[in-house]
Amino acid sequence: MNGWWKNAVSRRLFLAGGALLGGATRLGAPAANAQPPSRGSAGAAEADDHGKHDGMITPGEVDHARNGFDPHQILTDWDTGKVSRLPDGRTLREFEMTAEDKEIEIAPGLMFPAWTYNGRVPGPSLRVSEGDRVRIRFQNFGSHPHSIHFHGIHSARMDGVPGAGNVLPGGEFVYEFDALPFGCHLYHCHSVPLKRHIHKGLYGAFIIDPDPGRRGEEQEAARSRVLGTPENARWQEFVLVMNAFDTNFDEENEVYAVNTVAHAYTKRPIVIARDRPVRLYLINVTEFDPLNSLHLHANFFDYYDHGTTLTPTLKTIDTVMQIQGQRGILEFSFKDHEPGRYMFHAHQSEFAELGWMSVFEVRA
Amino acid sequence: MSRPILLAVLPILLILVIAAAFLASDPLRTYTGAVPPVETLTVERTVLDEHGIGVRVRAGGSEPVKIVQVQVDGAYWTFRQDPAGPLGRMGTAWLNIPYPWVAGEAHNLSFVTGTGALFEHSIEVATPTPDLSANRLIFFALIGLFVGVVPIALGMMFYPALRASGPVAFEFALAITIGLLAFLLVDTLAEGLEFADEAAPEFEGPALVWIPAALSFAALMAIGRRKGRALSGVGLATAIALGIGLHNLGEGLAIGAAFATGAAALGSFLVIGFTLHNITEGIGIAAPMLAEKPRFQTFVWLVALAGLPAVAGIWIGSFAFAAHWAALALGVGAGAILQVIVEVGAYLARAARADGRSWTSRTTFAGVTLGTVTMYATAMLVQV
Repeated sequence: MNGWWKNAVSRRLFLAGGALLGGATRLGAPAANAQPPSRGSAGAAEADDHGKHDGMITPGEVDHARNGFDPHQILTDWDTGKVSRLPDGRTLREFEMTAEDKEIEIAPGLMFPAWTYNGRVPGPSLRVSEGDRVRIRFQNFGSHPHSIHFHGIHSARMDGVPGAGNVLPGGEFVYEFDALPFGCHLYHCHSVPLKRHIHKGLYGAFIIDPDPGRRGEEQEAARSRVLGTPENARWQEFVLVMNAFDTNFDEENEVYAVNTVAHAYTKRPIVIARDRPVRLYLINVTEFDPLNSLHLHANFFDYYDHGTTLTPTLKTIDTVMQIQGQRGILEFSFKDHEPGRYMFHAHQSEFAELGWMSVFEVRA
Repeated sequence: MSRPILLAVLPILLILVIAAAFLASDPLRTYTGAVPPVETLTVERTVLDEHGIGVRVRAGGSEPVKIVQVQVDGAYWTFRQDPAGPLGRMGTAWLNIPYPWVAGEAHNLSFVTGTGALFEHSIEVATPTPDLSANRLIFFALIGLFVGVVPIALGMMFYPALRASGPVAFEFALAITIGLLAFLLVDTLAEGLEFADEAAPEFEGPALVWIPAALSFAALMAIGRRKGRALSGVGLATAIALGIGLHNLGEGLAIGAAFATGAAALGSFLVIGFTLHNITEGIGIAAPMLAEKPRFQTFVWLVALAGLPAVAGIWIGSFAFAAHWAALALGVGAGAILQVIVEVGAYLARAARADGRSWTSRTTFAGVTLGTVTMYATAMLVQV
């Protein structure tokens, strides 16, 4: 008899059983004619501030102060380095970077034993200009060997891989190269095992603004990308690093996010002014899943794959996908929209439901 | 204080001192410092209603378990824990998740702890959990009567036919009884161990079955033979009815639990199969009384003793159920069944000797085989 009730399931014979028992069905009528809860009634009990998400949320608050970084600040806190002039007149940008082990809270109450650059995940968003000399002094305070592998043009010696700029715990290395080509790039640790070093949190944005002087007829478009110019000032620029965390180390992600904290921009939307255009630097560093994506609600955008062109590589789309390590620039505007809350999220519903869900609050 | 107690104080004190010293100095610290705590979480009950999904969880492990997030079908969902806060070792709490579950479909829950560990639980078929009402109790009682009382009463109706058939038929009937009890012993143990497997690991699963089985066997043997004589006649029939009753209690718990978790869709074919399966139990109870002339009330009492626990089991199983209790009950049942196997065997040996035959006759062997095979074959009916 072992297990007969389990096998009985597939037979769906409950009604027949009731019929055999005669009046019993009318008396008790269990299960068969009962109804599941409606959407409304299910959420009603919890209809506080989470009611608007219809229950799908990571309830609670993350302690950003304890983490030492706030996803809302990460959106815009560019690190432009220490600027000086080289004898040949070029700009030198110097950065200090460290690697350290740190427990971070990636969803309310959920701690992740991360490896970080400068104590934050993602690491600092480095922003330089095309042709700048870039010098990064990297110190490894972590418990494992680490490196910084920049996506960009550089020599083999500066590649940040085992054998070239791989730094043992307690060690130090200086990476130096010219910032090329312009675009939306990234850096990450390239020590082995690779998957673990990346998914533990060692990655960040590396943005190279174009030099308008070298861009000929596209000078105007180039100038709007250059941080600090009047043309750039009217843009609302945000860096979004799509990442994910495997909290139980089974090579599957338990939490998906942009800029680390699940639902950070759902609970507190990103405020944007309606009359100014928006530019997103979107980078995919998700491990284990080959693809990630961004879908913008109620609007369309132009997309510049890798950000290495000044004319869109995809025009008028509302969903873009990126493989691991792929990145690009999104440009759009809400100027003709009503003010309100506009969602954006991974269009892999799985990722959206596991934390990669966000909201723009468009204000007039 | 008497001298033995005084002498016991010293070792007890030493145990306490050693434990305190060990905990204070923590010599294993270097081995456990960087290691995340061991955590376990077991779902003991599931309730599906118009408010969503409710589960009672039991925690275990080296440190209190903090449930920080809950996923339903791979989506983080809001939830409320009652009582709130970290769960200590063996601590329980209800988690109420306002999730719009879908009747007839499967749902998967994952509980995420503060350390990032995931504990998963599947609801195989979502069905509204029965609420406690008189109608519901009557409905379950009817099912209990069909699977417990009716077949045993039907089986006992073979009593006049067996009685008219002479001493060989008597021994044959006793042998059938031994066969069916042997099947029930294996079945009860297997089912008990299955429940033990579902129970929280802190309950030391299999021990929950084997220890009650051994204790109930010893206790029932002692009670049965307290007057220095082996059981026979109505006394032996009562012991058999008790053992079968305990088995049916466990069976009822399983049926009730299956209702509660939506895993059961009790079809007419299954009810009939169950009835056929349990008819043999009625023959078994009647067999030892063939040499006597029991009163009608005795039959009624024996049917009730063996069959009604099925009703009680379904009630308890569907409304207030945890796997460790079922494992315990089935362990007790297994011990009781083993006791009656021993007693029926002894009775059969005595009866054979009185007739001048050996108890190891072909008749006995054929009876035991028939009893076991019949139970096995009818069990297949309820497997399908």
